[in-house]
Amino acid sequence: MSPVELKLPGYREQSPEVAARFERIRQRPVTLRVSELKKSFGSNGKTNVVFDRVSLDIYRREFACVVGASGCGKSTLARIVAGLDDASGGEVLLDGKSVAGPGPDRGMVFQGYTLFPWLTVKRNIMFGLKMHGNDDNTAESEARQWLDMVGLSKFEDLYPHELSGGMKQRVAIARALANNPRILLMDEPFAALDALTRCKMQSYLLQIWKKVDVTILFITHDLEEAAYLADRIVVMGVNPGGVKEVIENPVPRPRDSTQFLSPEFLALKARLDELIHGPADAPEDKLPVIKLTEAGDEVE
Amino acid sequence: MAHHDWLGLKQELPRRRRLLLTVLSFVIPLAVWSVVSYVPWIWHPLIHVTDPGSVDYFSTDMDIPRATFYQEEAKAKAAGLALPKGYRVNPVYFPAPHAVARAFYTAFKTPPRLQDEPWLHQSLGHSIRTIFLGFIFSSLIGVPLGILCGTYRFFAKLQEPFVEFFRYLPAPAFGALCVAVLGIEDAPKIAVIVIGTFFQQVLIIANSVRKVDPSLIEAAQTLGASKWKLVSHVVIPASITDIYTDMRILLGWAWTYLIVAEVVGTMSGITLFINQQARYRNFDNVYAAIAMIGIIGLSTDMTLAWLGGILFPWKRKARAAKRTQPLFPLFDKPKKLVLPPKFQPSPTPPTEGHLNVAS
Repeated sequence: MSPVELKLPGYREQSPEVAARFERIRQRPVTLRVSELKKSFGSNGKTNVVFDRVSLDIYRREFACVVGASGCGKSTLARIVAGLDDASGGEVLLDGKSVAGPGPDRGMVFQGYTLFPWLTVKRNIMFGLKMHGNDDNTAESEARQWLDMVGLSKFEDLYPHELSGGMKQRVAIARALANNPRILLMDEPFAALDALTRCKMQSYLLQIWKKVDVTILFITHDLEEAAYLADRIVVMGVNPGGVKEVIENPVPRPRDSTQFLSPEFLALKARLDELIHGPADAPEDKLPVIKLTEAGDEVE
Repeated sequence: MAHHDWLGLKQELPRRRRLLLTVLSFVIPLAVWSVVSYVPWIWHPLIHVTDPGSVDYFSTDMDIPRATFYQEEAKAKAAGLALPKGYRVNPVYFPAPHAVARAFYTAFKTPPRLQDEPWLHQSLGHSIRTIFLGFIFSSLIGVPLGILCGTYRFFAKLQEPFVEFFRYLPAPAFGALCVAVLGIEDAPKIAVIVIGTFFQQVLIIANSVRKVDPSLIEAAQTLGASKWKLVSHVVIPASITDIYTDMRILLGWAWTYLIVAEVVGTMSGITLFINQQARYRNFDNVYAAIAMIGIIGLSTDMTLAWLGGILFPWKRKARAAKRTQPLFPLFDKPKKLVLPPKFQPSPTPPTEGHLNVAS
């Protein structure tokens, strides 16, 4: 127990504006429905269930974050929705239609950038457009608009290796959005970036999302990131794997970094922490006391 | 330059030093060769007779082992007869650098001894043609097959076990067979080069293709690429630089098969030239011809490396420099990306307004 007891509002307490916003979101059509999804790996007759009975409804233009400790299958969930992995059971419905296999209606941004190194920034963004049979001119003018959107017009003729990590990820976002996907799946997209760039990218992402008609399913292990970005946060557990809780984010929009110390934000974070890491001072966090060297003064 | 150690582990050397070392790598063997050739008391195991004196089996311009010469000289001295005279030389198969250097020029100018024998440039041309055709025929099938094997498990399992077996069969072993089937002219020589190159080619290229980052393929799939477009727009461009490097290495191997190939059937090309010059004991020409193969091979490779930089601009930096370190840093002008300050990454968000979020 910390010496100073913080008086936090419950993470479920929502201001009237926030409550009204969630009411409006719930009125929208469901873009992505994940129903009774199951994933298990089988090896030598032994099956290892990653998660089971995962059901989610993501509404149109909602920003949903999935958080969970490593091994909970949150990336696997995104990959199944993208069609890159097969589910062991259950179904993924996009706009009410069952999907199987990867497709351009579900854009994906990976942690590892995955830009095509042999294409310039502009040609990377044109890739998906040309796959759909657009001619060069249409694809190029379309790509230019997306370059403007992510603020990289001046870098259109550079190759990916000439860009910084943050710029690469902006290109990756533009490349995915240029396809006009129904949902944008982001699998820990900012995890490889340094803390400062990550903050900047989060604010870019909110700005882009504001201007584009797209639903976002964002996978992260960074609780602050989830609390900063999401409308709803899906918390996944390990053993048993599955959805532990879906939390409506009480932090009002528009968001900015000053809210990191607001009572709602802290309450939400405390709850997420508790859900993922268990109660504070869990005995398994303590190392046994073993001295192998002549320690000097006791370190507090 | 305290921080630049000559022997720094895995440390890049400054350009000047790289250049110096490159030059030295050629100068040192050349210096050793010169010392052995020009310093008379080093090696020089023979005596070139200028005057046989009283020794009856000596004759002018004859090379005699030193021990024998001194023995005969001592005998003549004891008998009070005319002494043989001569100076120390190296064997004729070890010509001095200047002789070989001169041969580079004279070899081209020396008319063939017999009417139907080729000039040096004809021999070289013939060899280059044989290599080129062999390599092209091999690549025409080897490259597509390698790409197929690297992309699809089906083809890999269908082809590779056999290819794996076949590549251990030495190409020269097929020489007699090739002659029996294809005659004695160029066809069997080309076939030997194809056999020597093709099987390695399939395996090496398949391996390069297999190394393509699978996440690039996944990214392309989420962008709507499928089936054949994944191969043509992702797998091939992603591996093309590695395939190109493979081809450069394979072309080097093809040269090593050339000499074997050219003795198949009627001897031809540079091998014929070397053999004949050796028979005539023009060893300076032999060395010049062998060195010419090296020069042709090296300059081809350098040209291809330079061409690679033009064909694959995205590889110019970092990775290319690490994997295929150019032999001559002289031709490796640092291609620095110079951005005017206004093009530097902007620290501020690119859009107007701030942190407004959809509601």
